[in-house]
Amino acid sequence: MTLDAAPAIVAVTLVTLATLTIGSFGLRLSRTTSDFFVASRAVNPRLNASAIGGEYLSAASFLGIAGLVLTLGAEMLWYPIGWTAGYLVLLVLVAAPLRRSGAYTLPDFAEARLASRGVRALCSMLVVAIGWLYLMPQLQGAGITLHTIAEAPTWLGPVLVAAVVAANVGSGGMRSVTLVQAFQYWLKLTALLVPGMVLLAVWLGDGAPRAMGGGEWSLPIADGGASGLYTTYSLILATFLGTMGLPHVSVRFYTNPDGAAARRTTVVVLGLLGAFYLFPPLFGALGRVYGAGPLAADTVVLELPRLMVDGALGEVLTGLVAAGAFAAFLSTSSGLAIAIAGVLSQDVIAPTLAARRVSGVTAFRLAGVVAVAVPCLAALAMPNVGVARAVGLAFAVAASTFCPLLLLGIWWRRLTAVGAALGLLVGFAGSGTAVVWTLGGWSAGGWWDTLLAQPAAWSVPAAFATMVGASLLTAEHVPPHTNRLLVRLHTPETVELDRG
Amino acid sequence: MTDRTERTEPTRPSGPSGPAPRVRVTGPPRRHRSPLPRGADIDADTALGDVYLGSLLRAQLGLAARVLLLLVVGVGSLPLVFHLFPSLARVDVAGLPLSWLLLGVAVYPYLLMLGLHYVRRAEHNEASFAELLSHRDPEDRR
Repeated sequence: MTLDAAPAIVAVTLVTLATLTIGSFGLRLSRTTSDFFVASRAVNPRLNASAIGGEYLSAASFLGIAGLVLTLGAEMLWYPIGWTAGYLVLLVLVAAPLRRSGAYTLPDFAEARLASRGVRALCSMLVVAIGWLYLMPQLQGAGITLHTIAEAPTWLGPVLVAAVVAANVGSGGMRSVTLVQAFQYWLKLTALLVPGMVLLAVWLGDGAPRAMGGGEWSLPIADGGASGLYTTYSLILATFLGTMGLPHVSVRFYTNPDGAAARRTTVVVLGLLGAFYLFPPLFGALGRVYGAGPLAADTVVLELPRLMVDGALGEVLTGLVAAGAFAAFLSTSSGLAIAIAGVLSQDVIAPTLAARRVSGVTAFRLAGVVAVAVPCLAALAMPNVGVARAVGLAFAVAASTFCPLLLLGIWWRRLTAVGAALGLLVGFAGSGTAVVWTLGGWSAGGWWDTLLAQPAAWSVPAAFATMVGASLLTAEHVPPHTNRLLVRLHTPETVELDRG
Repeated sequence: MTDRTERTEPTRPSGPSGPAPRVRVTGPPRRHRSPLPRGADIDADTALGDVYLGSLLRAQLGLAARVLLLLVVGVGSLPLVFHLFPSLARVDVAGLPLSWLLLGVAVYPYLLMLGLHYVRRAEHNEASFAELLSHRDPEDRR
């Protein structure tokens, strides 16, 4: 460790302490189980939108995109576009009805809509699976960051972030996390905006040099003709449709006071994400111009200020970027841990410990520890999976499972529990196989690799087709309360109805 | 919803300065006015209620489909366009490659604009629906 790293270490320490301090305010505010899960549904749209932005912009957004753009070029711009457009799809198809359903979590929604414990259990399992798949790269990102800025051992980052998140989630649940995350959105934006502007000025001062071999690198589709086109469109489908099915995204909608507020919050989020995503590709492109090696893919955001600016200013900018990166790990991991802990405590821990009369809050705290411990171990075991790629796979799983369930559940009266369960299983089997295949590093060559590396383009249609087909075959089992529930999902709150 | 009754005690005539009339509450407090008759149609799941809900569902789904179509045409078509015309990747606008300007910058205001448009129209659809259900003077509810 060198003295140069001092600003970065100070910055990371400050972010961690600020996160814990703001979180501990929540301890005094959080009184009930409802506070813990959904901040008692009393968060205003602007604060809520900042919190959603803070929670959503993960290690993949902060570090991963710049690295992918550096190595692969303009085709990787589809990641940030898809992560933003996913919110537009969520807005127009899901936001208000999901809020009006009045459920806490995705499994709650499934049970309310289909009156089936089986589908609920399946959804709980999927929330935990997607959440863990998404948490693991966040913790890996923390390891890479501490290693880059201070040459710390790579196990330190995952363990540190996991411990802070478990403490924070346990201390205040959703309400304290809302404040922490709103703070972290603005921190992350500042941490890219200020260094980004300085680096842009340096680049212009150098006469705006261009990178070599611009043509291929500026082509916004993957290499390989037809298979490249497939890969790009499959990625687009996964991100556009997967956002709505991420457990930490949907849980956020229950913190809005009503359906109209849920919509307005989502539009503000679109603006906040768009502003943020202008910057990561800038770092990737400048990294290319200034010759950051492709080996530095996931660390280009951290390395670039030192590379382009000499002396103390470069170190201070590195510190700022490192602080933003840490905010990204902490906020996304907190949101995911809350979503996973909510499901684990309701469906696993509380029933198991019911005989011992464990309170809801105690069960939630216990679940929080389990929720971060498992992906922390996985991150330590598999340190070499690309951050944005792993997150991309989590989107593909969400798009193949919860997306059909939400869309058909909200807009189609004839969905049955059997149809939903079969569709979820088919979608999960397809996308899950692809995840195991890709994380395992196997290869069968040719189209097989292409199809398994980006499964969404076939697994999403398969899940939809199964859900619709099996529902039509079991038409006599449409839940009797379907009409009444759809009324509740789509009627504005100003109309007085029996919302039972 | 049938047993939300409130009875006002038989009235003593009370002047402007007299004490407020006493109220005996025999059911859960009502937060709003009594249910509107057409809302009751929806509650009772009548054919008429079905028609009302169907009209709202179709309006909202149609709106969603239009916004998504704009998303597919404006953004989703770009990979195909660049696949068919790869030379576009070498086109520069204002000193920067066209593909970077489109995908790195222009996409985000476009998405925000679609979102704002959707929220305005969706709230308008809901307001019309609430108006349709209101048997009272529709102008009052604006």
